[in-house]
Amino acid sequence: MELTTIWFLLVAVLFTGYFILEGFDFGVGMLLPVLGRDDRERRVLINTIGPVWDGNEVWLITAGGAMFAAFPEWYATLFSGFYLPLLLILLALIARGVAFEYRHKRPEPSWKRRWDAAIFFGSLVPAVLWGVAFANILRGVPLTGDHEYAGGLLDLLNPYALLGGVTTAALFLTHGAVFIALKTVGEIRERAGALAVRVGAVAAVLAVVFLAWTLGIRSSTAAVALAAGAAVALLAGLAAARVRREGWAFTGTAVAIGLAVATLFAALFPAVLPSTLDPAGTLTATNAASTPYTLKIMSWVAVVFTPIVLAYQGWTYWVFRKRIGVAHIPQH
Amino acid sequence: MNSWGLQVDALDVARWQFGVTTVYHFLFVPLTIGLSVLVAILQTLWHRTGNERYLKLTKFYGKLFLINFAMGVVTGIVQEFQFGMNWSDYSRFVGDIFGAPLAIEALVAFFLESTFIGLWIFGWDRLPKRLHLASIWAAAIGTNLSAYFILAANSFMQNPVGYRVNPDTGRAELTDFVAVLTNKVALVTFPHTIAGAFLVAGSLLVAVAMWHLIRNRDSAETPTYRFAAKFGSWVTLVAAAAVVISGDIQGKIMTQVQPMKMAAAEGLYNTESPASFSVLTVGSLDGTRELFAIKIPYLLSYLGTGDPNGTVHGINDLQAQYASQYGPGNYAPIIPVTYWSFRFMIAFGLAAAAIALLVLWTHRKGRAPRSKWLLRAGLVMPLLPLVANSFGWIFTEMGRQPWIVFGEMLTRNGVSRSVSLTEVLTSFTAFTLIYATLAVIEFRLLIRYAKAGVPDVTEQPEIDDSHDDAERPLAFAY
Repeated sequence: MELTTIWFLLVAVLFTGYFILEGFDFGVGMLLPVLGRDDRERRVLINTIGPVWDGNEVWLITAGGAMFAAFPEWYATLFSGFYLPLLLILLALIARGVAFEYRHKRPEPSWKRRWDAAIFFGSLVPAVLWGVAFANILRGVPLTGDHEYAGGLLDLLNPYALLGGVTTAALFLTHGAVFIALKTVGEIRERAGALAVRVGAVAAVLAVVFLAWTLGIRSSTAAVALAAGAAVALLAGLAAARVRREGWAFTGTAVAIGLAVATLFAALFPAVLPSTLDPAGTLTATNAASTPYTLKIMSWVAVVFTPIVLAYQGWTYWVFRKRIGVAHIPQH
Repeated sequence: MNSWGLQVDALDVARWQFGVTTVYHFLFVPLTIGLSVLVAILQTLWHRTGNERYLKLTKFYGKLFLINFAMGVVTGIVQEFQFGMNWSDYSRFVGDIFGAPLAIEALVAFFLESTFIGLWIFGWDRLPKRLHLASIWAAAIGTNLSAYFILAANSFMQNPVGYRVNPDTGRAELTDFVAVLTNKVALVTFPHTIAGAFLVAGSLLVAVAMWHLIRNRDSAETPTYRFAAKFGSWVTLVAAAAVVISGDIQGKIMTQVQPMKMAAAEGLYNTESPASFSVLTVGSLDGTRELFAIKIPYLLSYLGTGDPNGTVHGINDLQAQYASQYGPGNYAPIIPVTYWSFRFMIAFGLAAAAIALLVLWTHRKGRAPRSKWLLRAGLVMPLLPLVANSFGWIFTEMGRQPWIVFGEMLTRNGVSRSVSLTEVLTSFTAFTLIYATLAVIEFRLLIRYAKAGVPDVTEQPEIDDSHDDAERPLAFAY
């Protein structure tokens, strides 16, 4: 296999991992005002992701770094082209990350309310905008012959991309609700389980329409198979959620999100950012790539360190495997 | 600013944004680097001795560490994204080389740091004591490792090595990755930066302890704070020595690889041998004529070359040399900025060391400091190395101008062409506002928790997985 193909796959894997992991973080954040009826319940919700959200976010930093190192042209064109959506995502992630750490640092209800709002919007905004961004990557954007973004903000807000945004938000909501049901005890668990089924039904409809539209824009055999797999996994996950088999439900939503992201990358390949303006502007895994020497070094680093990272991150989830409820929340 | 006067373009704003977000990010990073290790040392002391004093200090400074850590993390993401957003032509030019250390930093260092910080925060009652201790060390190692990779990336901009420029694509391509990682600028900048970070962390230990010693001279915790003040002072002094030694080597390397930066640090217009170091110069407004100066003879020659009679090249000679080498243009940085930031860096750093020395002197042989002024000086102590760090970065980045990659790419050619002035102004304004707001919140929280003092520590319950401890509250929860 070509080094550029391997790195295309690696970047795809990193973003897939990011959306599976931070997907439920975002879901928990969006559900904070819905499932958390008082301060203790909201603290239960936040603490289900407390030890892991930061590690989950590093998947994004690694995906961004890998994109920069392996496909500098892709990184440069995408980040300068999708300027305002990325700015909003950054501001949201800043507010949200600080909120987790600072919310419990003062007892005043007004203090907590503000950080709750930061967690809610800080989760909602990226949940929607990542969908908008990735839909636009797949759909293609106006690029000049020398790979400069030639569109404006409105070019990014087309119906397909907006559907993508709503779809990722709905999927992450479902994923988050299933995760909460898996990690809590008592009333919250019941409410989360019930909500997961209802939101999940909406997410399933959105996801099927979005993936069908995606395959209408560009497609490959692999993409069709992955999309079908995503739909099946989501339905299976929801069926499991209905009968409160929470472990299987979470496996289902995780696999569904993973396969949906994989569908986008499979449909895209070998392009990484198609141009709707000048065909010469289209960026591919070949013309956007770094030199073979750089890719080779990066491959060795990835081969050695990725298993180590997966091992200790997986172990963290094992350490914090126990369910929590309001009784576990200390007074301060 | 262009030739018509005060007109601002996207390049200016992108530069201001980089300056503001980087200096801001680096207010939190040194404390994360230094304090992670100091907290790990305190916890190790507790682990070894069983003395509760160290556990109290671990938890107390650990809280301050975490308040600060959150800010470092979230402002760090901006740094990575900013290259692509505002500096896309720079990213295209150097991506083959510059992206690799960034990606490795995330994979090797950030995962380690963030995952084990989570384990440390929430693991007090979930992990065996040894593993919990190992977690803070893993996080500290991750933090310090990350500094190496990002400094290797920055050092490429100061002194590009291990690459060639492909004539077909006009891009820089990596030819020797080991050369990039062992860039002599990186090898000396790393210890200088880490030592600067410990200067901040040590000073914070002293400041907080001194505050409690002022407030209450004879409380049950007085010995705890006295220990913290002395420990912090020693850390500060050792760090100061390391800053001076590494800075001295750095100056000599800088004279070799970026002579213009050295000349600009001194405001040395004409080549001199031997060259004197000016402690303070009042010049004419345009900076070309000297009105008043205090000078130390031979010192600049020594700093730059290691020989008191060595030749230090002046700005005018270097300008003429670069103009013939790279074509017409202005190759000198803004001299008042480099001149003063260099001096402020040194002065503020040494001031912190001087206070640390005084704190130790007054604590000698079990004595207690009496002077209110010394106690007050202890309080401002952490601000001094923070300011010194900021000026150090301002100096080294402004001193590289007009280059973004020395000798290869001008800063003005690295900016994103497709990003409008409105977009970059929006982004600069948004970051400045959110950063300013968070700075106020963070500072108040730090003060609040510093004032609260060391916590009561009750014996940790032993971990017991055999029966379901369903109702036992978590040792720590958000």
